[in-house]
Amino acid sequence: MSLSEGVRTPYQRYQSWFDQQDVGRLSKKAQEAEAFFRRTGITFNVYGQADAEERLIPFDLVPRILSNTEWTKLSRGIEQRVRAINAFLHDIYNRQEILRAGVVPIELVANNEAFLPEMMDFSPAGGVYTHIVGTDIVRTGENEFYVLEDNARTPSGVSYMLENRETMLQMFPELFSKIKVQPVSDYPKNLRRSLEASAPAGCSGRPCVVVLTPGIHNSAYYEHSFLADQMGVELVEGHDLRVMDGHIAMRTTRGYKVIDVIYRRVDDEFLDPLTFNPKSMLGVPGIMDVYRAGNITITNAPGTGVADDKAVYSYVPDIVEFYTGEKAILKNVQTHRCAEKDTLQYVLDNLADLVVKEVHGSGGYGMLVGPAASKKELSAFAAKLKARPSNYIAQPTLSLSTVPILTEAGLAPRHVDLRPFALVSPNAVDIVPGGLTRVALTEGSLVVNSSQGGGTKDTWVLEG
Amino acid sequence: MLGKTAGGLFWMFRNLERAGNTARLIEAGFRIALTRSSDPESEWKSVIVTSASQMAYDAKHDGYDSARVTDFLLRDPGNPNSVLSVIKFARDNARLVRTALTTEVWGAVNETWMVLSKVLKEPIPETDLPDVLATIRQQGALVRGALHGTMLRNDIYDFCRLGTFIERMDSTARIIDVKYHALLPATSFVGSRMDNVQWEMVLRSVSAHASFRWALDGEYNAPNIAQFLILDRRLPRSLAFCASQLVDNLNYLAEDYGTRPESLAMAEALNVRLKNRDIGTIFEEGLHEFLQSVIGDGRALGFQIEQDYRFNA
Repeated sequence: MSLSEGVRTPYQRYQSWFDQQDVGRLSKKAQEAEAFFRRTGITFNVYGQADAEERLIPFDLVPRILSNTEWTKLSRGIEQRVRAINAFLHDIYNRQEILRAGVVPIELVANNEAFLPEMMDFSPAGGVYTHIVGTDIVRTGENEFYVLEDNARTPSGVSYMLENRETMLQMFPELFSKIKVQPVSDYPKNLRRSLEASAPAGCSGRPCVVVLTPGIHNSAYYEHSFLADQMGVELVEGHDLRVMDGHIAMRTTRGYKVIDVIYRRVDDEFLDPLTFNPKSMLGVPGIMDVYRAGNITITNAPGTGVADDKAVYSYVPDIVEFYTGEKAILKNVQTHRCAEKDTLQYVLDNLADLVVKEVHGSGGYGMLVGPAASKKELSAFAAKLKARPSNYIAQPTLSLSTVPILTEAGLAPRHVDLRPFALVSPNAVDIVPGGLTRVALTEGSLVVNSSQGGGTKDTWVLEG
Repeated sequence: MLGKTAGGLFWMFRNLERAGNTARLIEAGFRIALTRSSDPESEWKSVIVTSASQMAYDAKHDGYDSARVTDFLLRDPGNPNSVLSVIKFARDNARLVRTALTTEVWGAVNETWMVLSKVLKEPIPETDLPDVLATIRQQGALVRGALHGTMLRNDIYDFCRLGTFIERMDSTARIIDVKYHALLPATSFVGSRMDNVQWEMVLRSVSAHASFRWALDGEYNAPNIAQFLILDRRLPRSLAFCASQLVDNLNYLAEDYGTRPESLAMAEALNVRLKNRDIGTIFEEGLHEFLQSVIGDGRALGFQIEQDYRFNA
């Protein structure tokens, strides 16, 4: 048993270890890993199912391996991209030079659901909008990396990056003494430091950081509690917080305590019932006033969604050039904006070969994978497209590279993507070497989302 | 610590304690019905009354027997006090306060929920009942062991213990109260076979039939048993023991926080009522009235703790 396409250099040492393993033992290890995940409660809730059962994200125990050289290029590209995205957000909420220069069409911002007028003429502490970014990357060849999405609102999945590594360390300690892998375990410490560095200017002493969760029924609740626990900060819900003397304070057993930084995992819409959705029970009434007065840092900032809209995505290479004066290091996937009339016709004509996504969609919901769709699905989707063209973009199906997973029949190739996590503070961009590798477990499938049956792997960046 | 977290810890341990108490009640009822009673229906009824679920039970069932009572108390999802329900509450509370728990405690509670949801999924045949009850007991021991072995002795631990003892005091008081007539030293009953059955039931319900033999040299009579369950500080389920633990944990909190809240004064008053007295004066006061007032004081104390430590907004 070995890999059909030949072994890429970073995998060679792993391959020689793997060749000496008994597949029966490995399958048993895989079951152990699953029991460990269940007992630890590393689960997610699936929406829209009757009994909202907690599910495991399947874990594949063959690591995805990147060389240090590959990683260096990737991380430089990501850093460039997140700096440009922050500059873009600051610009569109202040002077709007990029719109005036005609680089990005004004309608794209003005008509954007994620654009918040409440953020105009305001600059958050240190000028940082997206403190945490998860950049989705795919690979099509040896040195061909493409950015698929910039998740600039509330990227999730970092807990799986950390837990997957812990699981691998527990199951195969011998591997890590044979192969030198760069550690990821500093992430929670770096996250806390990065959040503290973004505290309001008026904050004295060590900033008080909290994680804001919608509650135990949220699909990513495990991650919220994990991050709070790992950082050693409180995990709060909206009803634990209130406005007090122009600050935000949390209700503790000793009384109310002022907080400085909120790492919120609640969407913009629910953040403040006085400003946004008045029915929201998840937010804090009045928090936007405190925010605009500069007395609380909200991470990521409200309104960052403008930058990870899939239509804006298609302009990111231009955005990078506009603010950095450099060419984008990482490529974009060619993107057809269905809002443009000729393009819409092209997309309709070639629907069977394209992937079509909602501009604001996420989680793999509401998308069409042309080559995998039936005739009926294609025509149904064409109708939706025609009804609301500006709601969609289309991309060619890339010939994604594959990595090996362990199946009952031994190793088999599957498609993957990679989500490294960048931390942005006023002083630095910090990217932990690795990220979340998501894998489409069904043979030939391109959809890696956990809500659609995808799995995860540990991601290794080798020492240089 | 967040007020919500303190509340989550308190209720997590109330629910865990409740699961154990319910299992113990069923165990006692099952044993008595099998071995001693000429009237098993009334024994099962008293189990339902003791578990404070008579109204919910009567709304659903007509008459009392082993199969229906055990099913209702162990696994009926419509009964908020069934073991299945309270374990789910406890686990939800544990998820809520995940950041305050050690990995061991969280893992033990999560495993307890996983194991018991599976065990209690299908109706339990009489032959399997002893095994199921043993599993519930073992899982409880696992959580307790993880708590005592791994948690820092700080305010987090105090709120866990407060939940445990508020629940336990209430449970023990109700167990005695349901059988108080058998514990009254009315001469006509003393030593009758009927009394012995009732006493054994009470002692088994608090897992104290063996310790009673050891501690009081097997002097089975009503005043001894009442004294043991109410006033004996050696027995970890006696009212006096629970009250003194509540005072201890509230005192640790008071030292830690530098405040003396109302709840501490209430717990001290309750503790004084149970200290340095003999069972004779309690009988004079009226056993039933005494137990009712302890139950009322315990409930008020629970509410006051919630307020003093800001469990709710």
